[in-house]
Order: sequence, then C-alpha cells, then structure tokens
Amino acid sequence: MSAHESNYTPTSRVGKWFDERLPIARLMHGQFVDFPTPRNLNYAWTFGGILTFCLVAQLVTGIVLAMHYQPSAAEAFNSVDRIRRDVNFGWLIQPMHAVGASMFFIAVYIHIFRGLYYGSYKAPREVLWILGVFILLAMMATAFMGYALPWGQMSFWGVTVITNLFSALDSIWAGLGTAIVEWLWGGYAVTGVTLNRFFSLHYLLPFVIVGLVALHIWALHVAGQNNPTGLDIKSKSDSVPMYPFAVAKDAVGLFAFLIVFAWFVLIMPDYLGHADNFTPANALVTPPHIVPEWYFLPFYAILRAVPSKLGGVVAMFAAVLILVFVPWLDTSRVRSAKYRPYYKIAFWFFVFTCVALGWLGSKPAEQPYVFWSQFFTIAYFAFFLIAMPVLGLIETPRPLPRSITESVLGRVTGGVAPVPAGAAAAPEKR
Amino acid sequence: MTFKTKASALISKSFVAAGVSAVTVFATFPAQAAGGGPAIPRVEWSFDGPTGQFDRAQLQRGFQVYQNVCSACHGLSRLSWRNLVQPGGPEFPEEAVKALAKDWPNKITDGPNDAGEMFERDALLSDPILGPYKNEQAARAAQNGAYPPDLSLMARARNPEFKGSALAHGPHMMRDILTGYQAGGPDYLFALLTGYTDVPSYVREENGHLKPVGAEGAGGKAVEQCASVTPGEDGKPDVCNALADGMNYNAAFPGHQIAMPAILADGAVEYPKGPDGNPLVPATLDQHARDVSAFLAWAADPHLNQRKATGWQALLFLLVTTVLLFLGKKRIWSRIEH
Repeated sequence: MSAHESNYTPTSRVGKWFDERLPIARLMHGQFVDFPTPRNLNYAWTFGGILTFCLVAQLVTGIVLAMHYQPSAAEAFNSVDRIRRDVNFGWLIQPMHAVGASMFFIAVYIHIFRGLYYGSYKAPREVLWILGVFILLAMMATAFMGYALPWGQMSFWGVTVITNLFSALDSIWAGLGTAIVEWLWGGYAVTGVTLNRFFSLHYLLPFVIVGLVALHIWALHVAGQNNPTGLDIKSKSDSVPMYPFAVAKDAVGLFAFLIVFAWFVLIMPDYLGHADNFTPANALVTPPHIVPEWYFLPFYAILRAVPSKLGGVVAMFAAVLILVFVPWLDTSRVRSAKYRPYYKIAFWFFVFTCVALGWLGSKPAEQPYVFWSQFFTIAYFAFFLIAMPVLGLIETPRPLPRSITESVLGRVTGGVAPVPAGAAAAPEKR
Repeated sequence: MTFKTKASALISKSFVAAGVSAVTVFATFPAQAAGGGPAIPRVEWSFDGPTGQFDRAQLQRGFQVYQNVCSACHGLSRLSWRNLVQPGGPEFPEEAVKALAKDWPNKITDGPNDAGEMFERDALLSDPILGPYKNEQAARAAQNGAYPPDLSLMARARNPEFKGSALAHGPHMMRDILTGYQAGGPDYLFALLTGYTDVPSYVREENGHLKPVGAEGAGGKAVEQCASVTPGEDGKPDVCNALADGMNYNAAFPGHQIAMPAILADGAVEYPKGPDGNPLVPATLDQHARDVSAFLAWAADPHLNQRKATGWQALLFLLVTTVLLFLGKKRIWSRIEH
C-alpha cells in the first residue's frame, strides 16, 4: 500500500496461518498502528479522524432512517415527522443525521482550511488533495439531495432553484438546459418523481464517498502526513508511531468535537435548519426567502453576485473546482504559512471572505448585499488567482527549521547557516 | 530586494486596509432587512436552554386554551390523543383523555364497513386530534377564504429573523448557541396572540413621508390609518396600506394583516382553582397566550424533556471522557520530548 513496511509479527499460530493467506492484519498494523506520523502535529490534524467518524455516523443513522422514510410526495414529510414523534429513538436518530450533515461540513471546512494554511496540497500530495476536492463535491451533492428528502417548503424550493440553474445552458445551446432540467426532474416540474430519484442517489452517493475516502487515505499513506512546519520527515526522530501517540491525540480531538455535536443534537436540533422546512412542500406558495443550508451559503452568494444567470452558475461551480488547481496555482516553495508572512495575511483574509460570503448568502438579493457579494466574490477568486501565484514569487519566507525535530525541541545541532530565501523546503524537488 | 520588500509591504498593507474597510462597511448595513416581519421580543420559557423542561401544569392549561378556543378552527392532527397521556407532555389521566376523545366534536371517518359505506365514529386514544374541517377547501369555504393551518408543527415552522446590525449578528448567534436558545417559534406565537392592537395612525409630512402619530398627537393634520407603510421610491410619497376588508391588524404578523381575529381575551378560559378557591394562575390574555404557546411548543417537539435530560447526561459523559482522554494523551506524550 505504501512505502512504509509493517512491523507486524503474528503471535499466535492462527494469526501466522492467516497472515500467510490474507495479510490484512499486517496491512492494518502497518497503516494504523506503527505508521510514522510527524511528532509535531497539532489538533488541526485530528479532523481526518473526526471526518471518518462523521461519515460512519451519517451512514449508520441514514440506513436506520431509510427503514422508516417513505420517498413519495404524499408521505415524505409525514414520515419524517413520524420518525421524530413515534419511531423508537427517532427523536435522537433523525436530528443526529440532520445535524450530522452540518457537523460533517464544519469538520470538512476546517480540514480544508488547515490544508490551505499548511500547504498540504503541495508535492507530493497533489493527488491526495484533488481526491479531497472530489470528496467535497460528492458531499455537497449528497447533502443537497438529502435536504430535499423531508419535502418541506425549503426542500422543495431549494430543489426547484438549484435544478433550474442548469436551464442557464439554454443560452449556449437552445433547448440543452431545458432538456437537462427535465431529465433531472423526471418531468416538467419538481414532483414526487424528482424526490424518488433524489432518494435513490442520496443512498448511492455516500458509498461513492466511502470509495473516494479509501483512495484519499491510501494517497495520504503513500505521501505521509504534512505537518505544521511543512518539512518532510527526514529522520526517525521526526516521527512517532501512530499508535499510541497520534491515536491518543485524535481521540481527544474527536471527543471534544462530539461535545459540540451532542450539544446541537440534544439541546438545539432545529437551530441549524430552517423553520420553513416544517411546513409541507407546496408548489403554489413560494417562501419569502429561499436560502440553502448554511454550508452552501458562500457559494449561493457567489451565484447571486454575478449579474448573468449562466455567469453565476459558472462562478459557483468554479468556486469549488478552482481548489483542484491549487497545487499549481501556489508558486511558493515553502509549504507552511507559518513561514510565509504575506500568505498568512492573505489566508486569514480569505477565511474572512468565506465567512462574509456566507453571511451575505443568507441575505436577500438587494443592495447593499449584492455589491458586497460581488466584492467578496472577487476577493475569493483573487486569493487563488492572484495571491497564490504572486505571493509565492515575491515573498521572502522566514527561516525554516532544518528538521521537524529541531522545530519541536528548539535545539540546533551542528552549524547554523541562514536559510536562503524561498529555497528552503523545495518540496517539488523531493 | 527593495522591490520585493516594497511590493510585499504594499500587499500586506492593502490586505489589512481591505479587511478593516470591509468590517467598517458591514457595521453600517441596515438593521432592518426587507421581509421577515417585525422584531419579536423574547419570552422566558421553562423549556428553553440546555436544562429546560416543559411545565406540566402549563401544558395542561395550554391544552385547555387549545380545546376551548383554538380548536374551533385549527386541527392538531399530527398528534394522537394518546400523546396527551404520555410522559413529558400534559400527562392527563388516561381515562380523562379517553372520555375527551369520545366527546370530541370532530369525528373520525372510518370504513368502509361491511356494506361498503364510510361511517363516522368517536375518536379513540390512537386517533389524531382533528380540527373541524375535512380539508382545506372546506376550511376556506367556511372561513371567508382564509385557511386556519394545522397547529401540530407551528411552533417549529416559525422563527423570527435577527434584526440587529451585521456586526452584532455573529455575537448574537454565539450567545444563542451557548445558551441553547431555540424558542423562536413560541416567542413568535406569543407575540402574535398578544399582538392585536389598533391600526396605527400616521400623518403625512410635506415631503410625502408618513410619520407615526406619537404622544404629541396629530397636530390638527389629517390622520391616516395604515396597517403598514410602503416607502415611496425615488422621492415619491409613501404608500399607506389600509387594512383590507375582513382582515385584522396584528403587530407581530408579517405585513400586519391577518385573517384570524383576536379571539383570546382576559378570562377566555377558566383555569383550575387551588384549594382556597382562587385560580392558581391569573386567567389573563397574557397568561393564556403564554400557556398555549408552550403547549404548541410541546406539540411540535413532544420528546423535548427526554431529549434534554439525555442531553445532560451525554454532555457530562463526553466532558469527563474528553478530560480523561486528554490526561491519557498527556501521559503518553510525556514519554517523548515534545
């Protein structure tokens, strides 16, 4: 699976017998027990484990919910309500799944920001990063279709607005967009037919995510984890075995995360959703504000910032897909923002941009919100298209430690030589 | 080198400037966003916050209000009669609820019987709590075109929007999250039920703007009664939206024109009396509205008591486990320098 060899030695005769036939225990031991992890990982690195938990939790609760849910226009809303009222522990399982989606996105956004901050997308981790972008896309599709399933007002109108986006293609080729939209709907309007296929895909896509996650972890274990210094593991003292060190830290991070999770599920399960979705879908009544779930709001703001419909759709998809090109947009040879004074400022301004877009996405499409949506849409793309390539060329990085060990122990062994500007880590020459 | 330093200094300065200016501009965003209705004051509820639980006596009184007032028009059809007996709700005695269901005027349509005919029968514990109308069309026909919606989920289907400035929004959200506030629905219902007032009076100023008549009076000018005011665009005079025929003014309702009349009033429902013969709580409009809003909060979220009780235990368990795991992690990492 990776460059790392397993130190697994079967202790029992059965273990030895099995190991010779299917060395799965050897594989697991090598990848998840004595796998070398950088010794300087901070808590931002616990989100990989947290996300794995989120995925499993969504699958388990989702499979249980599917046993009680009825994907028809007449019964979908009632069945979700009945799950919360009458199914044993439905009051727990249903919010775990609905809130779980939000928690999944909180974790994945932190995970992505961490990657952007510490340069985890740079060589040799480009494929790992791109797989991550595909996971994000699959998550978004799954979450969007899942939000349709309760078939409340916001479900129905969310589906109507988002599927209608494809009709923008009519301006490229007359009839193309309409054909795609009708194909997605399974008719000439959003109906129970649309709901039924969304349910089918909502059950399918999570397993696609599982496959992508397996590849993501595989790629991670080939390249090894990045770390706050962005330096490669050069000697044995730079790393610690995953078990017990990284596992112990992951467990703390996971349980701290679970406190937040449980707080929302058990104390305020409706807070992250929309009140309008507790009114059954009605094709004749449009809600005053159609807004997506919070995790789509920045992209929704970008969609509405562009005056042309097709342009808005293109900008929205580009906002996600641009992440694919990040490994090549960033020209700096230093990975970690810790040693990149200007990139660090740009990064935090980018975080602010995303939060601002999220807030603007929840507002009606009128002034001054439209102007600021446009301002921050430009800022969003400028981060990738201007800050990333330009800063890497003009910025003088701070001196890097010579090894992970040195960064941890603060100990300099051997002669001190100033690190030449911009030439320190050179990850692409690895 | 000098070019580089200058360029980077410029870039960092412009980033900071952009950030600061953005924050400044956000602070000046209008406090009132279009739509979404008027600001709704918050009410103190027994069931709000991380440890909140329903007050059983209040739920019982709230059901009384529903039974005597609301049920004339509104159904509660996602609830069954048995829910009124279950723990965490009003917890009426089973026999009393059975009798209540049997005497409920809105009968259950059942069938077909052996002769192939549908028939009506008395409600059982397992039957839904029905309103007076068989369907929406029947309701609209009887209610002058208005539709009294089912109330089962009403407390969760309404949530007032935040009405502060953009910069205050973040701290406001944080405070709500940390205090476990999720009572926007009941707050709104209470505001609606107590929001029936006279239609506000306005006088028109020289520039065409409508100004509310305050304590100083109209000053001899002509008074206009407006349910709401649409600001005139491009210097045109404001438009006064007078109350439509058959509508009622309500301060809390979006647009302020509501078909439902003010039916709750002081003494609308006779509350249970204590041993001394006096009512335990005053039978005021305020109290009726409070009780029925709490009852509807329960109707929309009948497992709240159990959920929050479990929540406490789960959070305590997670907190202790996190601390233990942290201590364990510290111990493990003490084996190496870090």
